Parts: sequence; C-alpha cells; structure tokens
Amino acid sequence: MSSISTAARTGFARGGYEFRHTLTTPADLWQYIFPTIALYATVFFMRGATVPGTDIALGARTLPSAFGMGIAFTGLMTVAMLLVTDREDGTLLRAKATPNGMSGYLVGKIVLVGGMTAISFLLQLLPGLFLIDGLHVDAVGWFTLLWLVPLGFVATMPIGAVLGSLFDGPRNIGLLMLPLVGLVAISGIFYPIMSLPGWVQGVAQVFPIYWLGLGMRSVFLPDALTAAELGHSWRHLETVGMLGLWAVAGLVVAPMILRRMARRESGSAVAARREKAMQRIS
Amino acid sequence: MTTVTGALETGMPIPVDERVLDVRDLRMRYGTTDVLHGVTFSARRGEVIALLGPNGAGKTTTIEILEGFRRRSAGDVSVLGEDPGVAGEKWRARLGVVLQSWRDHGKWRVRELLHHLGTYYADYSTPAIPRPWPVDDLIEAVGLTAQARQRVGRLSGGQRRRLDVAIGIVGRPELLFLDEPTVGFDPAARREFHDLVHRLADVDDTTILLTTHDLDEAEKLADRILILAGGRIIADGSADQLSLLVAGESEIRWTRDGSRYVHAAADATAFVRELFRQYGDGIADLEVRRASLEETYMTLVRESEAGRAAAAASTFEEAL
Repeated sequence: MSSISTAARTGFARGGYEFRHTLTTPADLWQYIFPTIALYATVFFMRGATVPGTDIALGARTLPSAFGMGIAFTGLMTVAMLLVTDREDGTLLRAKATPNGMSGYLVGKIVLVGGMTAISFLLQLLPGLFLIDGLHVDAVGWFTLLWLVPLGFVATMPIGAVLGSLFDGPRNIGLLMLPLVGLVAISGIFYPIMSLPGWVQGVAQVFPIYWLGLGMRSVFLPDALTAAELGHSWRHLETVGMLGLWAVAGLVVAPMILRRMARRESGSAVAARREKAMQRIS
Repeated sequence: MTTVTGALETGMPIPVDERVLDVRDLRMRYGTTDVLHGVTFSARRGEVIALLGPNGAGKTTTIEILEGFRRRSAGDVSVLGEDPGVAGEKWRARLGVVLQSWRDHGKWRVRELLHHLGTYYADYSTPAIPRPWPVDDLIEAVGLTAQARQRVGRLSGGQRRRLDVAIGIVGRPELLFLDEPTVGFDPAARREFHDLVHRLADVDDTTILLTTHDLDEAEKLADRILILAGGRIIADGSADQLSLLVAGESEIRWTRDGSRYVHAAADATAFVRELFRQYGDGIADLEVRRASLEETYMTLVRESEAGRAAAAASTFEEAL
C-alpha cells in the first residue's frame, strides 16, 4: 500500500509544481486566455441571431456547448501534447529512472490537467454568467456539473493519453487537430445538430464532444430549449451512458498502451527522437 | 605482434559475493543484427570502471540493459544482486542514471526539481544510507549554488550537465551509471567533477560505470578500463595493464652536449642501457614514456577490427 500513498504524495506534489509553472509561464498563460478571447469573439459575432424556432440568443446556446468542447479538447489534445513533449525531451525517461517515478508522473499529469481544465473552464464561464443573457444555473444544474465535468474528464483523458503514446513527435500530433475540428463541426457546438443530415448526427453521437456539449447546455439553458435537441430532451441517461463507455474503454486500453510506450523508452530512443527533431529544424 | 582477442582476466578475479555488477555472455540482437556477441565483465563495490569503445561498439546498449531500460537477448546479468529485466522499484532506488541527452523539466527551478525528485527516494532510506541527499548539500557538491533558483531551461550546457549528475546521485545510489558525463565542461568544472567522482567512490563506496571518449579522463578516474569493440570486450584491466598488452614503442628523450634527442624504441630498457654505455655521464634530463592510453586504445581497437575483417574474409573464402 505504501507505493500507492507514495504515488499520491509525489504525484500531487508534482502536479502542483507543474500547475504553478503554467501560471508563471507567459506561453502557458496565453493558452489559457486565447480560447476565452476566441470564444467570446465568436459569440459577439452571433449577436442578433437566435436559435431556430425560439427567441433564445444563438450566442447563449453556443457558450455552454463550447464549455463542453473545451473539456474534451483539454482531455484529448492537451494530454496527448504533454505526453508527446515529455517523451521527446526525456521527462518520461527521467520518471522511469526514478523509483515509483512513473506512477508519480501519471498522478502528476492528472492533477495538472485537472487544474488546467478548471482554470480554463472558470475563465470561460465567469464572463459568460455576467455578460450573456439567458445563461443561468439552478441547483439541479450545479449537481449536473458535479458529475458531468469529472465524467467528461475521465472519458477523454485516457483517450488523449493513448493518442499521445501512439503519435511520435509534436508535428504528428498536429495531424490530430484536423479530425478533431471536423468532429466539433458536426457535434452541434456552434450550430444545432438538428439541421444536419441524419447519418452525420449518428456519427457525432458516437464521440464524447457532442455529449459534453449537450450536458453543458442542460446545465445553463432553460428546459424549453430541448426543442432544438435530438429527442427533445437533455438525455442525461444517454450522456452518462456514452461518456461512461468512453471512460471504461479508455481506462482499459490506456494502461496497456502507456505501459508498452514506457517500456520502449530508453536513452537511445530519446536521443534518436532528438536527432530527428534537429533534422527537421535544419 | 600478438592479436588480443576475448576478455582478458584481471590480476585478481572478483569473488562472486563481492560483485555489484556481474555480466556473463551478454548477447543482444536487433532483428538479424548482433550488436553484443557475449560481453563478460564484473565490478566490485566502490570500483570505478570506464567503458571505452568506438561509436557503435555497443556501449549504450550494454548500459541500457544494465539500467533495466532494455531487454537482453541472452546471457546472465546481475546488477546489485538482481536481474535488471525484472527488478522492482526498491532496486531502482539503489541506482543512479546519468544519460547523454536530457532536456527535461525546463520550467522547473533547480532546487525545486532536486527537492522533488529526492522525495521519491525517502521511502528507501536505510540507517546505513540515508536517502535522499539533503538538497542544499547536493547543490553545493555539484557547484550549482548560484543557480539554485534558476529555471532549468536557462542553464548553460555545462550547468545543465551538473544538474544531470546531481539528479543521478540525489538518491545516494550504490551503483551509478554515467554516460559521457563531462561533455560541455570547462577544465575547472571537469576537475571539480573528477573530485566528486573520487569522493563518491572513496567516501560513499559508490560503484561507478562510466563511458567517455576522453581517454585522459578515463585514465584519471577509472580503477579499471574495459574496451568494447565490435560487440565484445577486447580488453579489461588498469591503464598500466592494458599498455603492457600492446607491444607499443616507448618514447625516450634526453639531452647531451646541450642538444635534445628523441628516440622511439620497442625495448626502452635495452636502449637506455646502451645509451649510458656509450655516453655515460654525458646524458642528462632523461625521460622514458610508455605508450599512452590513447595509443594503447588505438592499437587494441585497430587489431580487433583487423581481426574481424580477417575472420570475415576467411568466412567469405570458405563460402566460395
């Protein structure tokens, strides 16, 4: 049992340090602020438009959907990115060379990404509560947030870790952006999914982005807006089911893939990747 | 001239129970290419061993197998009494690893990182070996006191390397692997590093296996030198023992009648005896230098490569 408490102790310390580093590094701060600015710029350009068939502002509908997208993005992209860069610069190998370093590393990453998700979410949420008409949260809404955010986190993070283990090098991970952006386009984040063809709706409902967006809308929007949703309901049961499936699949697959990736880490592997990176530059 | 092949026994074989490192007939094959063809050597507690060899000889592969980062194809390997392929975290805590290239933890501050990495070793502290090394003492030992609060990413190359060494020894390892530790060091930093290695080996009884391309450094630091070429240990012994293996020519310098003379001879003793017989008291400032480690090394590696080329040629002829 002592190894679990060691992993928790070292991992929380590690996550805490790294989270603090993101708050004192200009590039990281920009990564927190930029999506917020982009999001509110989008909402600004949507002023005057309403959700088809209602008098609710389109911007008020977009904002919660984007919160859901933000959680999915942090879970998938940020985790994959962190893993790839940590592998390339030798952070992961250092963890491997340290007793219980790997478990400390993993717990640390969960703490770090949790903190990053929370900060990004708050940055996007707080202005919305004051600036955008039509957003409100009741007690049920807070309760929904309480299970939705952690579940979204667990549903996306292991998948991000798997992607980060499979891709080699930060350039390749950029390739992930394309399908991800495509998925956002069909997941009813910026425009209601009802207006898309049936088969596209089917594809979107396989992935967690749609369900996170839907769940967030259920928190912040009046129930009347279910009129613009599939099945005319917030479909909480289905949300829990689909995100739960992703979480289980991720938690089963991720440890296997991570272990395989970690086993392959060695000094010469890091050196070889470094050489490749140098060739790309010159 | 004799060709040296196979591992050479050192003066005194190390008793089995004193071996911190024990490698027997280690083989490594990638696909159809054999990288290590039966490497055999051992090390006793507190010994400093330098592993030399041309690039591609298998040094890094050997070290990575001993560190438990790579699975071997065949052979018996015991590191601190355990098989590195299956050993656990307790074993890991007794090892220190300094690899060639690190760029990790760039956002961390030096003291913060060393303090944090030290906490992983606290569980493995023993009365004989208190772990981790107190962070401020450690920072001072590697000469980074002035940089303690600096971000790791802003350190110079030499400072970064000192930090790597500090991280390698933060858990007070019983066995330390150093892969080209002094690359990027200026002469003063190199001297300080050599003092640190001597301290680790003599005071803390740390066993050290280091690779380097600096033969002068190998001669200064190592109790024993292993030369790895073509996936085999072609020589194993102290710098003096190795130079005896090679029938190199010694260099003899002297002055006579105000003129300087230099002569190279295979049998220096006979030459000097003859010199004094001819000129007697006329000889001054006599110096005799045995072949340097560099010459020994070059000769041994060349002979090993020539031997392999000859072997390959004979196999080729047999095939015809």
